[in-house]
Amino acid sequence: MSVLQALDIGLAFLVFAVAAWTIFAPGAFAATVGYVVYGLLLSLVWIRLFAVDVALTEAAIGSGVTGVLLIGAAARLRATESGAQEKSLSGASRVFAAALCALVALALAAVVLLLPDQGPSLAPQSMQHLAETGLGNPVTAVLIAYRAFDTMLEKVVLVLAVVGVWSLAADRYWGGAPGEVRAELPEPTLAFLAQILAPLGILVGIHVFWVGADAPGGAFQGGAILAAMWIIVMMARLTEAPQTNAVWLRLAIVAGPLVFLAAGVAGAIIAGGFFAYPPGFAKPAILFIEAFMVLSIALALPMLVAGPPRREPPR
Amino acid sequence: MSLVVDLFSIVAIGAGVFFFLAGTVGLLRFPDALSRLHALTKADNLGLGLVVLGLLPRAESPLAALKLVAIWALVQLAGASAAQLVGRAVRRKGTAA
Repeated sequence: MSVLQALDIGLAFLVFAVAAWTIFAPGAFAATVGYVVYGLLLSLVWIRLFAVDVALTEAAIGSGVTGVLLIGAAARLRATESGAQEKSLSGASRVFAAALCALVALALAAVVLLLPDQGPSLAPQSMQHLAETGLGNPVTAVLIAYRAFDTMLEKVVLVLAVVGVWSLAADRYWGGAPGEVRAELPEPTLAFLAQILAPLGILVGIHVFWVGADAPGGAFQGGAILAAMWIIVMMARLTEAPQTNAVWLRLAIVAGPLVFLAAGVAGAIIAGGFFAYPPGFAKPAILFIEAFMVLSIALALPMLVAGPPRREPPR
Repeated sequence: MSLVVDLFSIVAIGAGVFFFLAGTVGLLRFPDALSRLHALTKADNLGLGLVVLGLLPRAESPLAALKLVAIWALVQLAGASAAQLVGRAVRRKGTAA
């Protein structure tokens, strides 16, 4: 057994152990911390499977932004948690839930183990037509060219999520800013971190988006890094979340799917197919669409974290 | 020459791993939150620094080496800030358990 194989097996056991710890962790906050660690370990697994794009997404979205969202949810639930535990499931339904989960896990494991050694793959076709898109990263080509419609709908889901969070506001707060009125001064340690990290993070986020055309990276990962920078600046109270009825904010959040859809319709007129790109002009078109997607992601994710409006909009 | 570089890498990374081990033992064994934090931040910063030092001669290009150093610096920044925040939260809570 080589060193790398031993590392892989160790990593797999670690993922299992952290997953189990997350399930049995006392309280929502501890479970969330376990979930974030689980996501980071999973991104190492993706790197070992040579899926660097997936690893980046897992670390940035699956672990990072989702982790912040869950920590926020855990903090809001803390007051009710002690009461909720008394009303937790009875023994029989716990056993039933565990059995159901085990059954799903076993079924998934069986499916994975029963796969043919040489599974059906579209990878050769994907690589064959890569030159026509002008891109060097086949993952980006799949996302923005071959399966463009799916990716566009994913961005629509993000807009719907923001609308859903905002809809939780009381009627009188509709259109107002999320979060409580600023009570404290900026937290000095967080402010220090945000002031040093944000400029670097913005650079890294734009870099990750830009290299995504030819190397691992892309709009989602880059946008998530930019979103994280805005989240940390808001957490440090260096800036406040904007009014949710601000026109620029709403336009920027829908810009990604809107530009994507417009490009798809333009493709139907110019290039002879919905979401077709004119030959020789594919790469500029793709980067143009991606730039707006980065903008939408970088604004939508922090607004999800900021939560529903809790202040009255100014009259 | 390559033997010297290899030896340097092995010694530096080995020392780094030792600091990670020491930090982990401290995290598990120390009695209260503040000393656990102390063990973690000191050892991890030094441990990662030594691992990066050991990897520097093996970097493909000067830019890759610079990226390694940047990662170490960013981890230092994040680790120190997080330790400050956790320490403050412990003090505000009033218990060092």
